[in-house]
Amino acid sequence: MSIFVDENTKVVYQGLTGSQGRYYGLLNKEYGTQVVAGTNPKKAGTDVEGIPIFATVADAMEATGATASCIFIPAPGVKGAVLEAAEAGIEFIVAITEGVPAHDEAYFFNKLRNDFPNTRLLGPNCPGIISPGKCNIGITAGHIAKAGGPVGIVSRSGTLTYQALYELKEKGIGVTTCVGIGGDPVPGTSFIDCLAAFEADPETKAVMMIGEIGGSAEEEAAEFIKANMSKPVTSYVAGVTAPPGKKMGHAGAIVSGGKGTAQAKMEALADAGVKVGQNPTEAGELMAEIVANL
Amino acid sequence: MDLLEYQGKQFFAQYGIPVSDGEATDNVDDAVAIAERVGYPVVVKAQVHTGGRGKAGGVKLAENADEARMHASNILGLDIKGHVVKTIWVEIASDIAEEYYASFTLDRSAKQHLGMLSAEGGVEIETVAEENPDAIAKIHVDPTVGLTEDQCRAWVEAANLNPDATDGAVDILMKLYNAYVEGDADLVEINPLILKPTGEVHALDAKVSLDGNATYEHPDYTKYDATQPRDEREEAAHAKGLQYVGLDGSVGVIANGAGLAMSTVDVVNQVGGKPANFLDIGGGANADVMSGAMEVINNDPAVKAIFINIFGGITRGEEVANGIIEAMNRVTIDAPIVIRLDGTNANEGRAILEPHLSDSLMMETTMLDAARKAVELADSQANG
Repeated sequence: MSIFVDENTKVVYQGLTGSQGRYYGLLNKEYGTQVVAGTNPKKAGTDVEGIPIFATVADAMEATGATASCIFIPAPGVKGAVLEAAEAGIEFIVAITEGVPAHDEAYFFNKLRNDFPNTRLLGPNCPGIISPGKCNIGITAGHIAKAGGPVGIVSRSGTLTYQALYELKEKGIGVTTCVGIGGDPVPGTSFIDCLAAFEADPETKAVMMIGEIGGSAEEEAAEFIKANMSKPVTSYVAGVTAPPGKKMGHAGAIVSGGKGTAQAKMEALADAGVKVGQNPTEAGELMAEIVANL
Repeated sequence: MDLLEYQGKQFFAQYGIPVSDGEATDNVDDAVAIAERVGYPVVVKAQVHTGGRGKAGGVKLAENADEARMHASNILGLDIKGHVVKTIWVEIASDIAEEYYASFTLDRSAKQHLGMLSAEGGVEIETVAEENPDAIAKIHVDPTVGLTEDQCRAWVEAANLNPDATDGAVDILMKLYNAYVEGDADLVEINPLILKPTGEVHALDAKVSLDGNATYEHPDYTKYDATQPRDEREEAAHAKGLQYVGLDGSVGVIANGAGLAMSTVDVVNQVGGKPANFLDIGGGANADVMSGAMEVINNDPAVKAIFINIFGGITRGEEVANGIIEAMNRVTIDAPIVIRLDGTNANEGRAILEPHLSDSLMMETTMLDAARKAVELADSQANG
């Protein structure tokens, strides 16, 4: 099994007619994802290589039965796009777009939590989600992942996620689902959401978690792992040597007021029984050892 | 984007928050003219992106024009923790009865806005938080609801300010929340927020950090660009639109993706080297971006070796390899380069690089080996 998405997930792409949306939407379709519709209020009735375009998400859902959406709309439109999808009844929203203002993110996170508790948001500023062999929503290169499990991956970083998928594939290890939660201050889906889903998924036997500096999401995940996870977890946290007060590329990756250091995160995870690698390769090797002993 | 105090005060003033009458300047004559206009006594304050200005002699009280001139000329050009003072702010001095602390920021754990208010202002809030956490009244605000006046009043009462300050504090905090939300700020902080003997509540300092992602909603924020704390290298990288952070080592780092770039910096440290920078060139790695990145790294005299760490996802290894070779044709690089290329079509990419390999362009297959090689080269260059 996989978490959040599988071969039956029908996806509408908000922004399919834009250059990024078109490029990745078609790549996702080629991978095997059920890309059933796109939206653009000005281009309703047209199509992108046979994928029908509707004016609204609600129209697309009614015509195609889509339950998930993927957002490639430029940053100023993301707040409206997320709310439109939630109001239409989409259950799983993947927002790829980077550069969304933090106040917008805080607003739609709380709006969904208050009014649309059955809608899950992933992102913004994330690579998306892939259940290898079944469904790929977002910008991950599908062929770098091996299907079938037993490992689940959750990550705050894009390229480090690809690195992890690729290293596991090289070692002959498959992945149930790989979730990129993104590097922004208010991610729609947290480490804990994914860890809980992996714990409940019978085909996932072990979890790899890739964190980075900033905030306290890794520390909170460590507490959750200690209290609730029976499955083994390996981890890597990027930014050990990041200087305080400097944002390291991601809006969320900053050490401020002595908080959010990689060292503190690694210690909290090790305390919770997680095997922590000093670099991505070592985390992959630790996972290979775990898988060999399953 | 971090604002200087005077920019923060002007930002506050736009939202109706009372600040002291004053002006910023970069020269002594203007400083005296401003002092004459606002009336003595005045405070002359260094405008730098660092704390501890008072201790460094960057904040002085002037009773007359001679003192204003003396302080202004002493403070301009002063070096405060490596920040040279280019701008000073001259404002009318305030009488202070009590000093408080107030701020709004995002609580990333609760995923709501967090307001903090304390009767113990004028000192580092981190110190108060450690020594007397009960002295800080906290409030969470749901961004979909906003801060209501009733909620705000209850919060002010919980902070045990002087009762004379209650109405003024409620008024300022409502305006401060509005400035925080409408202005797309990451942080708004007033320390100290003062109660004057005459009963008014007033912002005596301003610390504001704005969300760089929200500039499309606030085109005027480009004016803060020039005063961001960047060194020469960071300025050059910023002009090219690169995600660059200057560090103080000798191994130049170029990687794609923020996480991989951070990880590359970490690995260089782990094998005993010192990275010269963090540089994320983003998902693709075409010749334009790559040559821009190489130029920035090459202009850093401290760089003795360069480590290019690229993982191909959607971008294939061949494209990355061609981008690197094209970039090397455009920019003359002084330091030796070590490349690690992995991911999609890594073998095809490596085959393209193969004929170009030399003492100044080397290739390793793993991140650790490449880091070791780059560090070894940097050390031998530094010693030779």
